Amino acid sequence: MSDVALRPALPAGLQRLREGNTLPLAAVVTAIIVLWYLGAIWLNAGLVEQRLEQTGQPPTMSTFIETAWSLDRPVLPAPHQVAVEFYDSVFTRDVSSPRSLVYHAYVTGSAAIVGFLFGTALGILLSLGIVRWRTLDRSLLPWIIASQTIPILAIAPMIIVVLGNMGLTGLLPKAVISMYLCFFPVTIGMVKGLRSPDPLQLDLMRTYSATPRQVFWKLRWPASVGFLFASLKVAIAISLVGAIVGELPTGAQEGLGARLLSGSYYGQTVQIWSALFMAALLGAVMVAAVGAVELSTLRRMGAAAP
Amino acid sequence: MKAGPSPSGPLAIDLRDLSLTFETAETPVVALSKVNLQIKSGEFVSLIGPSGCGKTTLLRVMADLVRPTGGDIKVNGLSPGEARLARAYGYVFQAPALYAWRTVRRNLMLPLEIMGVAKPEREARARQYLAMVGLEEFANKFPWQLSGGMQQRVSIARALSFEPKLLLMDEPFGALDEITRDHLNEQLLRLWEQTRKTVVFVTHSIPEAVFLSNRIVVMSPRPGRILEVIENHLPANRTLDMRETPAFLDIALKVRRALRAGHSYE
Repeated sequence: MSDVALRPALPAGLQRLREGNTLPLAAVVTAIIVLWYLGAIWLNAGLVEQRLEQTGQPPTMSTFIETAWSLDRPVLPAPHQVAVEFYDSVFTRDVSSPRSLVYHAYVTGSAAIVGFLFGTALGILLSLGIVRWRTLDRSLLPWIIASQTIPILAIAPMIIVVLGNMGLTGLLPKAVISMYLCFFPVTIGMVKGLRSPDPLQLDLMRTYSATPRQVFWKLRWPASVGFLFASLKVAIAISLVGAIVGELPTGAQEGLGARLLSGSYYGQTVQIWSALFMAALLGAVMVAAVGAVELSTLRRMGAAAP
Repeated sequence: MKAGPSPSGPLAIDLRDLSLTFETAETPVVALSKVNLQIKSGEFVSLIGPSGCGKTTLLRVMADLVRPTGGDIKVNGLSPGEARLARAYGYVFQAPALYAWRTVRRNLMLPLEIMGVAKPEREARARQYLAMVGLEEFANKFPWQLSGGMQQRVSIARALSFEPKLLLMDEPFGALDEITRDHLNEQLLRLWEQTRKTVVFVTHSIPEAVFLSNRIVVMSPRPGRILEVIENHLPANRTLDMRETPAFLDIALKVRRALRAGHSYE
């Protein structure tokens, strides 16, 4: 046993905190908030002047700043205005009412998740075909890449109209748009993953006279799981973008996209910003959820502790 | 050394005028030219030679990983393809080729799963062969938690686990440090003495070849061919100390001279 060389276990707790990114992150957030407050003064200056003229208040420094940070429909709302609106629309309202951001997040999120699931299935299916048949690699891949060069904003209304004609409205058309966006990274990642086994690992299977099915399930599939999760994290984020974009052209009443649209109709910038934050939060939660599944799956498959 | 089939035992490997030419874009490369070699059941034969002499290719032909373009080859009396389908041989590669997502135990059971061995039997074999290479307590570790030498021991155990009669080993210890290599050479020899499998062993190292084999096949490149086959009558139960004895050095010298002869006209 002279060649025993177990790697040392990761030291927990303290060291991770010291090496962690809490401190730099806090610094960046603080800087953004400061810049944001300054920007709110600068961008709202015109509106503030009007307001002060109307009310006849003296344009001192403090009233100027105070007004700039508390306008009803500012060009750029101050962070605390967004925070208050966000808090009100998330925590103080009935989650089933259309005035609740939670409700809108649920509408958009469910479309995104359905689209993500369909897109993942489609992406994996395409990658299987591409890896299995050389002709599909040549004939299909250029079209798949071309499909992603079309701006989604251009194609989304068409999808909505066509599906609407077929009697499909609500969640499904949005899910289709999400799927259209998110199958792509899955296909590309899985093609790479399924082809990742090296010649030695494939030769080993050949020496066992393994069937193609066995080579797939015991080698290609497990070898591609890491690639799959990397793709899924991209896919779930853009599936949310797809679902929001899908809400824009229909004048939908529900969903974060509808919230953004109505906000811009009525100049409700505070509402737009809080919807944007909700979208970002939703995206982060969905990516983190995929990340958690990834971590537990890869751990079970023997990946080194991060 | 083109002796015909010996009456003393069945042939594990029988090569007659075996040739292999790779067609490349420019000129065809003759990887093997008229190779004749008979290996009896239970022999330990080393193939030694400089890089590009076709020793690995020869092993791959025996394993049906490459098809020869001329001549005749029989593995346990079958064509290489039939022998592969009959799972007649275990192959140990230069790298361990363990699957990173499987524990050591499950890596060992991989060929057994593929060959449809029932689960209790798989578990028993995994235990048995892990014990044989002295790695029982690492059964549930993943490959990255093991050193290179331990990984290669797992890969040898994996090749043994389905109990093939023939073991084809392609520089299995080439990437290891010398101390580990010595240790594993000794283990492999004990393993061979226990199981008496036929072993065909590719190596760069003269001491390794002399220490392990009954016969040493010296090969030469361009075109890949057999220069000389050297008999090694060193007694059984060899130990590492033996490498300093005159008898050992004498055979090593013979091998070295044969290798040099192959290089003299380049």
